[in-house]
Amino acid sequence: MSSQMDSPGRGALVVVGASLAGLRAVESARKAGFDGRITLVGEEVHLPYDRPPLSKEFLSAGAPIDHVPLCGRSEFADDYGVDVLLGEPATGLDLDARVVHTRERQISYSALIIATGVRARELRGTSGLAGVHVLRTLDDARSVRRALDDGARTVVIGAGFIGSEVASAARERGLRTTIVEALPAPMVRSVGPDLGPALASLHERNGTTLICGQEVTAIEGTGRVERVRLADGTSIEADLVVAGIGATPATEWLAGSGLPIDDGVVCDEHLRAGGADVYAAGDVARWHNPRFGTSMRVEHWSNAAEQGARAARNALFPAVVEPYRTVPYFWSDWYGSRIQFAGIADGDEHVVVSGDLTGERFVALYRRGDELSGALTLNGQRHIMRYRRLIARGANFDEALALAETMAYRHPTTRS
Amino acid sequence: MRIVLDRAKCTGIGICESLAPDVFEVDDNGDLVVLHAEVPSSAEADVAAAVEGCPTQALQFEA
Ligand SMILES: Cc1cc2nc3c(=O)[nH]c(=O)nc-3n(C[C@H](O)[C@H](O)[C@H](O)COP(=O)(O)OP(=O)(O)OC[C@H]3O[C@@H](n4cnc5c(N)ncnc54)[C@H](O)[C@@H]3O)c2cc1C
Ligand code: SF4
Repeated sequence: MSSQMDSPGRGALVVVGASLAGLRAVESARKAGFDGRITLVGEEVHLPYDRPPLSKEFLSAGAPIDHVPLCGRSEFADDYGVDVLLGEPATGLDLDARVVHTRERQISYSALIIATGVRARELRGTSGLAGVHVLRTLDDARSVRRALDDGARTVVIGAGFIGSEVASAARERGLRTTIVEALPAPMVRSVGPDLGPALASLHERNGTTLICGQEVTAIEGTGRVERVRLADGTSIEADLVVAGIGATPATEWLAGSGLPIDDGVVCDEHLRAGGADVYAAGDVARWHNPRFGTSMRVEHWSNAAEQGARAARNALFPAVVEPYRTVPYFWSDWYGSRIQFAGIADGDEHVVVSGDLTGERFVALYRRGDELSGALTLNGQRHIMRYRRLIARGANFDEALALAETMAYRHPTTRS
Repeated sequence: MRIVLDRAKCTGIGICESLAPDVFEVDDNGDLVVLHAEVPSSAEADVAAAVEGCPTQALQFEA
């Protein structure tokens, strides 16, 4: 066991989790002028890569199977001067000694950023059955891609965003595709009671069978999956099963460290976790978002990128900390349509201000009290960010409706 | 400072628009319209954030 014993005073930044948030943390540390030692510790053997394409372009027929890392070895070494440890998960944290443990070594820090993201929830009782996958990592995506290349009859379990993208990729190849959702209506929690089904209708319109209100009782097969058994006794033939049933924060390595964990690493508005000079960023972080006055944890790309950068600056320059205040935003691509959401979905009501819920495009706004709290668009790229800005400054719902009026009657922009 | 947009990379996700609305706008087809290729100095900080915030690294600054 070797050990690197930089004294905290000299400044040693350790970032655990070598993905988007972790990468943005080290980039931002250097850009902000930190010149101490930086160590990036990653469990996966891959250099940081981007996840959104894994359920989109990457799954389409003929797309390149190689991935382009977000940052190469030489960039890490030469441009950023970062020690990158890959395939070496952190196994423990000692807050008093300010040390991160891996199986191979102990790494001292003066500032620590936790960016270990989330792990996809697996279906119980399916280990050892080939053809059953989750989709979180590049390795997962390669397995799913191979099965699609082989023409698999595909069953997706869970009608969420990632599962829906997988279904869309399978249908685009003309494969027989079914989504099974345990809840009576799809995506109620993520976008609301009417809007979830409106989005989900894209599945049926594109030839994917969507079965709601059915629990999966068994995944059957000898050695490899053959069929998915449902609660009503029926079964669906399958060569590929992809579980899109959510994810859990990767905090198991922090157990016993004393760091407060509650569905994520608990942080204040500065992304500071409950230990001296410890911060968290990205999908793993549950922080207090001053915009909504509440604690939240979001699993979205821009949130992870921005929090990584903010956490590093706050950790290294604590005299000038800034809160991380944001309007959550994500996009998803199904059957060539783009879905975009900004804000939070738990409003009092929503109003469709453009298009209609059965059509190819719509814009829906969420009201909470008299405030605009969220916006959902289907093929409404021109609209979404305008509402996101309104939400950011706490605009009135009436103001949003007034904006909608002007948007509806504006001629399509011509490209300059 | 000029903005160089790589249309092959841009997928119209619009994060740039939310960060620098005076400079970027996504149209109905999901194509990005750069309203001012020559960045006004007042918008430089916003545009820098947009360049960094673009998920597909489609934006670059050119001196
Ligand atoms: C298939 C897919 C599609 C997506 N599509 C979209 C989209 O369209 N739009 C959108 O906004 N968002 C999308 N997302 C979400 C987005 O990718 C995530 O929000 C983002 O990856 C979060 O980055 P992160 O760095 O916080 O965590 P992660 O990307 O989860 O990275 C965490 C890293 O930490 C590592 N790690 C875990 N434990 C340890 C440990 N003990 N020691 C060391 N390393 C550890 C993990 O192996 C992983 O590499 C998608 C995600 C997936 C999986
Ligand atoms: S953020 Fe990037 S991908 Fe999105 S619209 Fe702007 S340039 Fe295009």
